[in-house]
Amino acid sequence: MRRDRLTFGMMVGIPLLQLILFGYAINSDPKQLPSAVLLADNGPQGRTLLYAIQNSGYFRFVRQVKTETEGREALARGEVQFVINIPENFSRDLLRGERPAILVEADATDPGTTSNAISSLTALLTTALQNDLKGPLDFLAGTSGPIDLRVHALYNPEVITQYNIVPGLLGVVLTMTMVMITALAITRERESGTMENLLSMPTRPVEVLVGKIIPYILVGYIQVTLILVAGYFLFGVPMIGSLTLLLTVTFLFIVANLAIGVTFSTIAENQRQAIQMAFFFFLPNILLSGFAFSFRGMPDWAQMIGELLPLTHFLRIVRGILLKGNGLADVVVDLWQIALFAVIALAFGAKRYRQTLD
Amino acid sequence: MTDELAIDVHGMTKRFGQLTAVNHIDLQVRKGEICGFLGPNGSGKTTFIRMLCGLLRADEGSGSCLGHNVITESEAIKRQVGYMTQRFSFYEDLTIYENLDFVARMYSTKNRHEIVSASVERLGLKERQRQLAGELSGGWKQRLALAACLIHDPKLLLLDEPTAGVDPQARRDFWDQIHRLAGQGLTFLIATHYMDEAERCHRLAFILNGNLLTQGTVSEVAKQTRLATWSVSGPNLVELAERLRRLPDVEQAAAFGSALHVSGVDQAKLEVAIAPFRTDEYKWSRAESGLEDIFIHLMAKAKGRSSS
Repeated sequence: MRRDRLTFGMMVGIPLLQLILFGYAINSDPKQLPSAVLLADNGPQGRTLLYAIQNSGYFRFVRQVKTETEGREALARGEVQFVINIPENFSRDLLRGERPAILVEADATDPGTTSNAISSLTALLTTALQNDLKGPLDFLAGTSGPIDLRVHALYNPEVITQYNIVPGLLGVVLTMTMVMITALAITRERESGTMENLLSMPTRPVEVLVGKIIPYILVGYIQVTLILVAGYFLFGVPMIGSLTLLLTVTFLFIVANLAIGVTFSTIAENQRQAIQMAFFFFLPNILLSGFAFSFRGMPDWAQMIGELLPLTHFLRIVRGILLKGNGLADVVVDLWQIALFAVIALAFGAKRYRQTLD
Repeated sequence: MTDELAIDVHGMTKRFGQLTAVNHIDLQVRKGEICGFLGPNGSGKTTFIRMLCGLLRADEGSGSCLGHNVITESEAIKRQVGYMTQRFSFYEDLTIYENLDFVARMYSTKNRHEIVSASVERLGLKERQRQLAGELSGGWKQRLALAACLIHDPKLLLLDEPTAGVDPQARRDFWDQIHRLAGQGLTFLIATHYMDEAERCHRLAFILNGNLLTQGTVSEVAKQTRLATWSVSGPNLVELAERLRRLPDVEQAAAFGSALHVSGVDQAKLEVAIAPFRTDEYKWSRAESGLEDIFIHLMAKAKGRSSS
């Protein structure tokens, strides 16, 4: 054990990593969710209501939108989780006892993120205006609630978990297999001695690397096809956006993961170490990317780490394309981050890859 | 054999941290020559061979290999050199044919199919060409490896302990093939432990702890060392050997079958030293110093030098 530092590191590192991630980063009750407000009412009750909503801790108002379309766009891009729409004449209608409606549009691609916030709203609305509804307005508070709350769970109205999980699996499966397969492929050559032979032949390192990566791109696409077909036929996952766009984006993501695998293989001394490293990489990917747990529920530092992982961006893109019908313009922000990651990982791998045995 | 040099390198040095694995070795091998590279385990044979074919970067040294600069033109050298690794290093999950075909592709050989088929046929593996390389016995793996090294028609073959773990018949066949190829103008550098194999080489180079001790033909090496050897047979050779070894002028006393080889550097002193033991009981005769005697002598001498 003393001579196998990596195994030792894993034995201590994995529990520590899990403790930190589960203990500090994972939160099943996400709060402070970014929200947009569409406030068309000028009366005091509208504003009171917004304050109350913000004070619940579940919502954080990050922007004000002018139109419903603007709100929808912000939702599609994932900039906000909710759009809260307080209609014109809200205060007036409230005072008239007409039970005005407020509309809350939620990005429900990940039901885990939104459900708690939504249920808090229902409770909140009956109490929020208690101070305002006193004296002559007392009668309003007693009825079935002064306000009519309408929630639109967009993109996943029936709140089906599979709609979120299956597209997410696409990224998770690719991350796991692509990284591990390439890391193994190259360390195996070194372990079995065939690398020595390969290096004694007139091949350039780039050729060897490309030769290792290309077949696995195909493997990646086979996996993608499998998951998409199963997702469609078994789980009925909606596929609103362009599949061509999805497959194009997937290419970059696969390359990024293969590049990590190559890099690992240049560091690991044998296949076992390569597996350990792949696993070590996989763990934060599962936990911090927003696959298993709500990304917005995590503290800032965990979100920052998550932002560094290509899986995080890929998940947003896949869910965006499949569930929201996003186009290229909506996914480009996440796309270039994956591309950047791929370039850095490839450059690092190519630099570390040794053409000689020393 | 011509006078043209296939390998002509000077001062080749490789260090791994504190350890100097190869220390300023000069080596010249003529075209069509079979050069045996002798040395104990860990003496730097493999490191030297790897530097020649560009697998390791030399820390110091210069010279040419097949007319190309050994330091800067390793790409060109790789194209004309066949390197057979110490361990079987082809793909065990590919068939014999696929392995050869892969090598042919790597060298972008023309008429690939004909060349690979011809190679399979020469190997005598036509019926088994679809067999996985991993299923082959040691002897056949070695033949396959040699065939693979020859696919791209190299001018120089670097063989690193090619016959380790191979039965005598296969070794004999192997060496017959080496001599046949050398006759066609191929140059060989063969690292080996086996003295009988060393004797089948045109030239020898002894290496120990990264230093080249001596090089030359078998008889040149024997002459250089001036080692005198007597052979003795009779009863209780083990006890005799013990007593002989204690004498300062006897360097070695080693059993060879039913006889004991006794050798020393100074012939006259050796004769004086053994005189008391030349009784009727024992049968003494002058013997030719074998390569093994020389090899062990060189090692002992080098060790004495480094410790004194």
